[in-house]
Amino acid sequence: MLAVQLAALLGGGTEDAGTDAGHEEALALLDGFDDALVDGLARVSGERADAVTALAAAFAGTPLADRLAEAADAVVSGSIAQEHLTALACGRIALYGAVHDALLGRLDTALGRERAEWPPTPGDPAADGSASSGSVAGGAASGGSAVDGAVPGDSAAGGGVSGGSATDGAAFGGSVAGGAVSAGSAVGGVVSGGSVPGGAVSGGSVAGGAVFGGSGTAAEAGGAGAQPVGNMLGGVRSWLRELAITGWRGVGHDLVSAADQIIEALLGVPSLRRLAVLLDGFAAELRACCPVGSAERLPVRRWADLWTRAVLLSQDGVLTGEPRPAVTVSGRLLVLGVDVHEHGTAVQFQVHAVLEPADGGRSRLVRTSVTVAKVDTIAGSALWKLSQHHKVLLAALAERRSLEITDMPLLDSGDLVWDDDRAFVSKPADPLAAARLCLSGALAPAVPPLDRVPVRIAEPVLVEGYKVTRDGSFDLGGAVLAVDTERLPGCGPLTPALVRASSACVGLVRWDGGQWTLQPLAVQTKVKRETAVVATGDWALGPTDPKAAKAEARAADAVSVLRERAGRLLRR
Amino acid sequence: MTDRSPDGATVWARHSRLRVVPPVQPRKLAKVPFVELADGRLQGVVSSGSDISRVYVSSIAAGTHNYNCSTNNNRPCGGLYGAPCKHLRALVTEAVVQYGVDRVSRYLRVEVPEGAELADCLGGVHEPAPAAVVFSRFLRHLAYLEVPGTTLPIPELHWFPATGVVR
Repeated sequence: MLAVQLAALLGGGTEDAGTDAGHEEALALLDGFDDALVDGLARVSGERADAVTALAAAFAGTPLADRLAEAADAVVSGSIAQEHLTALACGRIALYGAVHDALLGRLDTALGRERAEWPPTPGDPAADGSASSGSVAGGAASGGSAVDGAVPGDSAAGGGVSGGSATDGAAFGGSVAGGAVSAGSAVGGVVSGGSVPGGAVSGGSVAGGAVFGGSGTAAEAGGAGAQPVGNMLGGVRSWLRELAITGWRGVGHDLVSAADQIIEALLGVPSLRRLAVLLDGFAAELRACCPVGSAERLPVRRWADLWTRAVLLSQDGVLTGEPRPAVTVSGRLLVLGVDVHEHGTAVQFQVHAVLEPADGGRSRLVRTSVTVAKVDTIAGSALWKLSQHHKVLLAALAERRSLEITDMPLLDSGDLVWDDDRAFVSKPADPLAAARLCLSGALAPAVPPLDRVPVRIAEPVLVEGYKVTRDGSFDLGGAVLAVDTERLPGCGPLTPALVRASSACVGLVRWDGGQWTLQPLAVQTKVKRETAVVATGDWALGPTDPKAAKAEARAADAVSVLRERAGRLLRR
Repeated sequence: MTDRSPDGATVWARHSRLRVVPPVQPRKLAKVPFVELADGRLQGVVSSGSDISRVYVSSIAAGTHNYNCSTNNNRPCGGLYGAPCKHLRALVTEAVVQYGVDRVSRYLRVEVPEGAELADCLGGVHEPAPAAVVFSRFLRHLAYLEVPGTTLPIPELHWFPATGVVR
C-alpha cells in the first residue's frame, strides 16, 4: 500500500476518515434499529418506533418495501410474528450490504485492486437487471435477479465513492439504494422462503441458487427426510424471536440456557456448522454478560449483527446443501499470512495467499481455512495441535514455504477448500517476499451476496516505508493508518512490541466502528538487533520460543486430560 | 463523544469485532477439569482423589454463596461438615487461575480484601443444588473435542477475532 493509496482510502484527511455522507445515513438507520433491540421489540415506542419505521421506509420502491412496511407496523402495534422479524433482519442485512459494497469499492479503488464479478447464474430469465421493479415474489423467484441486481449496485457504489469528494445526497442515496436493492433482492429470496407456500418454488432454493448453486436445497428444506433439520432451524428461529422481543437488557440465565440444546443439535449436522458456531459464540457472550440488565456497556451493533446473521442462516435452504466448488485449481500458492478467529469453542485459521495457476492464467487472491472445535481452556499455541492432521498446510506456515496444489476445489467466494492430499510443500517464500512479488496485479475474488458484511472485509496489503507513531499507528507520508495490535493471536509470536519495531508489514485492511485499520499478519522487524521476519503462523508446528514451549506443554496436557475424562465419562 | 478508550461504552456500542468474553488463562486441568461461571453459580467438576472414575460436582451460588458438593450420581460429598469441602476450595482456586480473581469475585458478588483468599471470604451454608445439570454441561463441554473439524470457510468467525493471551 502506497502513501497515495492510503490517502485515497482515508479521504484526504477529511474529518470523517474515509466515509461518505450517504454512508453515514445508512449507518444511522442501522444504529436506530440496533438501539431498538436493546430494550426489545415488545415495547418500542417514540424514538425507537420511529427508528424501526425509518429502516422500513428506506426500502420504499425496492422489492422489500411491502414486507418491511408491514413488519414495522407489526412492531409498532406490538403483534410481531416470525416473518416480521425475518423481514426486518433482511432489511438490516441489505442496508449493511450496501455499506459493505461502498466500503469495499472504496478500498479496491484506492488500492487499484481489480475484483472478479459475482458470476450470474446461467440460464436465468431475469437478466435485465430490473430487480427493483419486480414484486418481492418476482425478485425472489430467481437467483439471477439477486445476482444481476448486485452488479449495478456495485457500480453505483463504486461511482459514488471514486469521486473522492463529498458526494451530494442524491448521488449517494442512489448508491446506497442500489446496493440495498442488490443485497435486498438477494435476501428477498430468503424472506419469501419462509412464507411462500409450495416447496417447489420455495425462495430457499433461490438463496441456494444464488450463493451455493445447490439444486437440491428445495427438496432438503421440504422433504420428509430432512424433517429434523427443519425442526432445528425452527427452534433457532423461535429462540431468536424470543431474544428480539425480550431485548438484550431483558436477557437472563434461562433464556440463554434455552439455546444449549439447540446448539448441541446443530453441531451434529455438518451443513449447519456455520450457524452452530455463530450461535455458540453469541450465547456464550450473553451468558458472560448475564444478567445483561445491569451491564455497564453493551456491544449494541455487534449483537445486532450476530442476531441478524443468525436469523439469515436459520432460514430454510440458506445453509443446507453444500457449497458447490466453482472450479478445481492447480498451481503455486504463495502464503501471505494467517488470520486467526477464535471464541470459546471454535478456532479458525484462515490463510491468505496468492494462487499462481499452473495453466499460466492470471494470479488471484485466495483464502483457505481450517476450523476446529475446542473448549475455552485450550488456548495459545496448543490450538495448532488441534488441526495437526493438516500437516502440509501447517508446515508451509511454520517453515515459510510456498505450496504446490493440484485439483483443489475453489469456491466462488475465493475460498480454497483445503485438502492436504492435494498439496505439497515447495520452495521457501516468506510472506513479505510473497507480497512484494505477487500481491499487486492479483485478481481479488467476488464477495457472495449474502456475505456482504463490513466485518468480512479483510484485504491483504503490503505496507513499507512508514514511521511508527507514538500510539503505534503507521504514518505513511502523512497519512496515518491505525494498527490493530489487539488482534495479534496468542497462538503466534507476533507482539505489539515487534510490530512497533517493524519496517515492513503484511496485514489485512479492515473496517470497524467507522475506522480503517491494519491487522498485522507478518512483519519485518528487529529481534535482538537482527532483522527478522515474524509472522502469526510461525508456531504452526509448535512454538520456537522456550517460554511459549513451556506454556504449550501445560496446555497440551489440557487436551490429554480432557480426552481422558471424555473417554471415561462420556459414553456411560 | 464520551468514552473513546478501547473498552469505553462508545467503542463497544458501535464496533462489530470485539472480544466480549475475555480469554481464559490456561491452567492444569487434572484436578479440576471443568470450571464455569454460569446460571448464577460458580460451578464445576472436581476429580476424586481416590477413585479415577468418580467426579464431584461442586457449586457456589452468586450472592448467597450457598454451596453444594456431591458426586455426579447425587450422593452428597462426605467432606461437607458445615463448611466447604476440599473440592469446593479446589474449585475456587482453579476458577481464580482461569478467570482471575476480579471476574470471579464480581460474579459471586464477594468483597475480597487485599491479601485475602477468595475462598475465605465466602459466607453461605450448604444448600442442595442440581448436580445433574452441571454434570451434563461438563459432558457437553467434553463432547466438543469430538466434533469434527472442517475446511469449509466459516465467514461468521470474522466477528470473533483471536486476541493475545498474556504470555
